[in-house]
Amino acid sequence: MTNYFWFGVFPYISLVVFFLATIRRYRTESFSYSSLSSQFLENEQHFWASVPFHYGILTVLGGHILAFLCPQMILGWNAVAARLIALEVTGLAVAILTLVGLINIVIRRLRFPKARRVTTAGDWFIYGGLLVQVVTGIGISINHGWGSSWFATSLTPWLWTLVKFNPDVSYITPMPLMVKAHIINAFLIILVFPFTRLVHILVVPNPYLWRKTQVVIWNWDRNRIRKSN
Amino acid sequence: MDVRSQVSMVFHLDKCIGCHTCSVACKNVWTDREGTDYMWWNNVETKPGTGYPTRWEDQDAYKGGWVSDGKELSLRSTSKSKLVPNIFHNPAQPSMDDYYEPWTYRYEDLFNAPEGDDQPTAKPVSMVTGEYIDIEAGPNWDDDLGGSEIYAKNDINMEDLSPEQRQQMLSIERMAFFYLPRICNHCLNPACVASCPSGALYKRGEDGIVLVNQDVCRAWRSCIPACPYKKTYYNWSTGKSEKCILCFPRLESGQAPACMHSCVGRIRYLGNVLYDADRIAEMALLPDDQLVEAQREMILDPFDPKVIAAAKANGISDGIIQSAQKSPVYKFLKVWKIALPLHVEYRTFPMLFYVPPLLPVMSMTQGDVVKNDLDELFADIDKHRAPMAYLGKMFTGGNIGKLRYALRKQVAVRVWRRHVTVGDIDEIKARQALAEADTTPDEATAIYKLSALAGFEERFVVPPFQREMAIEMLEDPHEYRANAGFGSRTSPKRS
Repeated sequence: MTNYFWFGVFPYISLVVFFLATIRRYRTESFSYSSLSSQFLENEQHFWASVPFHYGILTVLGGHILAFLCPQMILGWNAVAARLIALEVTGLAVAILTLVGLINIVIRRLRFPKARRVTTAGDWFIYGGLLVQVVTGIGISINHGWGSSWFATSLTPWLWTLVKFNPDVSYITPMPLMVKAHIINAFLIILVFPFTRLVHILVVPNPYLWRKTQVVIWNWDRNRIRKSN
Repeated sequence: MDVRSQVSMVFHLDKCIGCHTCSVACKNVWTDREGTDYMWWNNVETKPGTGYPTRWEDQDAYKGGWVSDGKELSLRSTSKSKLVPNIFHNPAQPSMDDYYEPWTYRYEDLFNAPEGDDQPTAKPVSMVTGEYIDIEAGPNWDDDLGGSEIYAKNDINMEDLSPEQRQQMLSIERMAFFYLPRICNHCLNPACVASCPSGALYKRGEDGIVLVNQDVCRAWRSCIPACPYKKTYYNWSTGKSEKCILCFPRLESGQAPACMHSCVGRIRYLGNVLYDADRIAEMALLPDDQLVEAQREMILDPFDPKVIAAAKANGISDGIIQSAQKSPVYKFLKVWKIALPLHVEYRTFPMLFYVPPLLPVMSMTQGDVVKNDLDELFADIDKHRAPMAYLGKMFTGGNIGKLRYALRKQVAVRVWRRHVTVGDIDEIKARQALAEADTTPDEATAIYKLSALAGFEERFVVPPFQREMAIEMLEDPHEYRANAGFGSRTSPKRS
């Protein structure tokens, strides 16, 4: 029953809150949709914290999404032992990079009074959540090897049963505790996502790359006036 | 021809007394909030000096403005290709230490201190952390050079001077300095706007004021290194960029901006000019020493029937065209050609202009005796205390000819007025001085009048802003009337 709640119900609660709250916050508090960068207040340790963390976590997340969307591809790649080992080692290395970045972030926020000044309770909560997530992730990678393969065979089908609104928790029930903790914590992070600085992920500036260089806003309709002449 | 109107300004540096009244007026109106405490949208610098933020003109360090290879223009800080890999840590971003850490004093300690042998003191505390700090820098730390030659020595504009000129500018007793008030230049080719990943910065079409949409700004901070004048600031409390808004709420109700209105020396002039936006892209590619002329060419004659027709075709109203015809900026900039842009070589085409200062040698010390050097009342500008190469680096992109023209004309106006009022310069000599400076008695009188006598209405020709048109486009005018006049309707809070 507990399993059913955490892996059959909780993900839905988390996702519903995620969607409704992000949309509501964007519509009513667009002003607060950013990460509140503290680089201006502390500019040296920032590099060693922010850069490894972001590159690390984006790669790790990319791996998880790939295993969710194309499990057959991962399994095919892993069919050769050398490739499987290469993938596992890369994954672990990137996870450690993420952890180093995250620890640097926490140390930086604690050590520099100016950076501490702009760190909210929500920030500490999310740093705690991410630390648990990355540490359990690394723990799984070390203790329960070949995760890329068993993710694709056991977790991906479970995730797809969630997508199809017919959750089948039997995939999860036999999983070790650390994996369960990793999954529950993941959905916890998704749950609190809309209330934290994480929303900055949703406003990455992609239009910049193809918009016009200069932005001019008119208070009259130039096209209409030019055509009427 | 794409004719647009721009609200523009002239600073007459010869009249600036460096009193910082403008800075204080601006601070009181706009930047007295948490997170903006270190910002000075308007600041006044002593030149030669390092300015605020420290050495802001050193673009090798701050990476502001544009670079041109003759064919293409690119941002020195974050071009599109450099933005993506650097998005997590902006390598060119200045930090608070480059400006200063804002502080206040614990005044309550003066009252709460227990009785003792010592006088109680109000210790300085940081306005960021609230902890005690040692004050190490301030927004005008090098004011009047602070009795040290360090500030002048570190002025980037001194680079091209000969060792003798350098020595002359550095010797404290003979130091030549002047004041440089600076606000956002509301450029024609703004680097801040071009660099904004979110598209939050924009230039208002109707008056050219450059603004940041606070709801769209996402704290990527690209505008801060991109602006070569360092006039976009990061609000560390809200995580938004803020900058000089040219007091648009005041302008829209027909008032002069706070900095200008409060100016004690009456050094500031405001008016709109018409310009041709089609030519910005090609003009920005020209070599440094041609940029002053290029920018002047883009500013159009508001009396030319062709320009008027093109302006109307673009939706510019008669009221705006008429005010462009009365603009004092147009006279200083285009008719008399004595106003120059600040660091035009950054290629943003700043739209605030400076009448460069005359720094004549009036007296000299010989031994212990001060000798008035009045054999020649208005000495040749090359003998002035600020070397041409220094002023040229600041105001003309190294084009000494343009600078010399502006200064020589100013000297000629003085010669002419001396002839008219005192009479110890004879007419032939005075007329000769005018002719050499490419001017006439009428023009000299006009320059004198606008520089020295002009009243408020002549100095500030605020164009009609026609907010009614803007409001009608955005919402129902009746509804608008029931709402707040301007600004955010919701409190700009972060959850």
